[in-house]
Amino acid sequence: MSIMRKFLVSGAIALAALTAGAVAIAASTVHPPHRHWHFQGPFGTYDRAAAQRGFQVYKEVCAACHSLSLLSYRNLTELGLTEDQVKAIAAEYQVPDLSDDGSPIERAARPSDRFKKPFPNELAAAAANGGKAPPDLSLMVKAREGGPDYLHGVLTGYVPFEKLSPAQIKEFAVTADDYFNLYFPGHKIAMPPPLSDDKVTYVDGTKATVEQMASDVTEFLAWASEPHLEARNRTGIRVILFLLALTGLMYAVKRQIWSDKKH
Amino acid sequence: MASSHGAPPVFNNKVIAWIDHRLPIFSYIEKEYHTFPTPRNFNYFWNFGAIATVMLVVMIASGIVLATNYTPHVLMAFDSVERIDRDVPSGWMLRDIHMNGASFFFIAVYIHIFRGMYYGSYKAPRELLWILGVLIFLLMMATGFMGYVLPWGQMSFWGATVITSLFSAFPVVGDSIVTWLWGGFAVDNPTLNRFFALHYLLPFVIVAVVALHVVALHVHGSNNPLGIDPKGPQDTVPFHPYYTMKDGFGVLCFMIVYAAFVFFAPDYMGHPDNYIPANPLVTPAHIVPEWYFLPFYAILRAIPDKLGGVLAMFGAIAILFVLPWLDTSRVRSCVFRPIYKWFMYLLVIDVVVLGWCGANPPEGFFVPLSQVATFYYFFHFIVLLPVLGKIERPLPLPPSIADSVLKKKVA
Repeated sequence: MSIMRKFLVSGAIALAALTAGAVAIAASTVHPPHRHWHFQGPFGTYDRAAAQRGFQVYKEVCAACHSLSLLSYRNLTELGLTEDQVKAIAAEYQVPDLSDDGSPIERAARPSDRFKKPFPNELAAAAANGGKAPPDLSLMVKAREGGPDYLHGVLTGYVPFEKLSPAQIKEFAVTADDYFNLYFPGHKIAMPPPLSDDKVTYVDGTKATVEQMASDVTEFLAWASEPHLEARNRTGIRVILFLLALTGLMYAVKRQIWSDKKH
Repeated sequence: MASSHGAPPVFNNKVIAWIDHRLPIFSYIEKEYHTFPTPRNFNYFWNFGAIATVMLVVMIASGIVLATNYTPHVLMAFDSVERIDRDVPSGWMLRDIHMNGASFFFIAVYIHIFRGMYYGSYKAPRELLWILGVLIFLLMMATGFMGYVLPWGQMSFWGATVITSLFSAFPVVGDSIVTWLWGGFAVDNPTLNRFFALHYLLPFVIVAVVALHVVALHVHGSNNPLGIDPKGPQDTVPFHPYYTMKDGFGVLCFMIVYAAFVFFAPDYMGHPDNYIPANPLVTPAHIVPEWYFLPFYAILRAIPDKLGGVLAMFGAIAILFVLPWLDTSRVRSCVFRPIYKWFMYLLVIDVVVLGWCGANPPEGFFVPLSQVATFYYFFHFIVLLPVLGKIERPLPLPPSIADSVLKKKVA
């Protein structure tokens, strides 16, 4: 058994070394502050009210440029919206389709339709945005180092040109036309600051500060990245409890069987 | 060994007796998995063969179901994986089981390999058993690499590009090999199609080699922590129920850790960039393979010459094939090798350091560090191993397994 213990200790050291390695990779960029999110941890769930507010931010602000192509309107019922509400939201959009005789038409979107993209295609998106298409947000929270902290950091991390130190301006070659973001790799970001206080008027009366909107839209996009998180956590707890019980029984069986053999 | 199995079993069930008389599968199971005499002194390291087997089955089972929902086309692969995650009933669970299963399969196999090396399980008469094991490891690496390409994210695409391009290092034929691997002049739809086909095929090749690995194992039986051969029935126990139940316990312990990752940290061992669809026009800042390839990736990059790096990387695995002949010591187990034992720990540290180098960009002190670690890796096998066997004075071996076990209990 002492060998097993030694092995576990060296494993722990190895893991620590690997983690340290991961930190070293990212040392060239500034880490966004770590926040606790409602959906983190084995018992995490999405804060429905925050995610619904976040959807409002996405719909009224982000959706002007960013698509959310992996989601359908019907998915919104998972955030607590009723089917009628979802139908009404979908009906606000006109989507391209074909009529029965095959001619192209526009019709009101249905809950089964994917979220309407702001641009007809990638080239159009790039042309309208200085040559580079704004990224799709469906997986944004999973597709960036730091996940929700990074997204929240970028949304709140803009520093106006006049507040930059001369050293920062020199080091990152910032001009008055650039947008400087503390947490974006390389700091110069093409996206203008998307949020300002009271940019949206929340239906639930919450004060729409930049911080509030950034948190809410992060909650919403975290859900969009991983809609099954709650089922995953719930199942996980049951699986682990079952395995613990079975392992305990198995250990008892093993001990009983080996009780007549010295080993 | 076979003679100690006793009389052939008698089956009371007439159907079983009828079948067994014509096709002796029940006798085989009885002989190889029930009465099979197994050293009584295994520690928990001996669980990892069973654990790796279970992981292979888990990977094949989850993989087949995933394949029924996956589309191997560059325009649809990424979205089809997301569809599995979002819309296929319990699809997220299958995908998390499969992608974390690859990591845990490698964890089990790396521990299994360490056990083989520490206790000298590769030595006569188990050289072929070991070589088949190294072959399984190679096949796993090929399968894992091609599987990682299938979701067609940024790391899939660029990992495939970097690794397949390695073959261009070979003089004269290099570029032709790469074109042949790709099925064209870039990593594209033909590449994805063939990788999917091979990713589905290779696990069954692994099953076949595992079967040979087990056949070879059952000729001379398992090694054990003392590295001495059983001398009689007092040194062994029947495989069932003693080790079936102990393996069951070990497998379940492993499953708890595995399940914790599947359900609570499914993306911990992945790379965020692979949630960005593949884009041949945008290269990620750092292209890193899956963690289980990192030590070999570090060796590849440690050599300043491209062909040299490729040869060193393949050499690092190829050298394992001749391990039984590089080790000149007559004693198997590190328990009785007071000097080599420490070099074995040092090798583990060296491989971890290589992994750390592989995870980081090849800049600054990682360059000399990876070079020193690469040098030490080969130094261990080519110089230390043959020399130590000659100059080391092993500790006295116990007269028998039973003797050692019973003495330990008294003390």
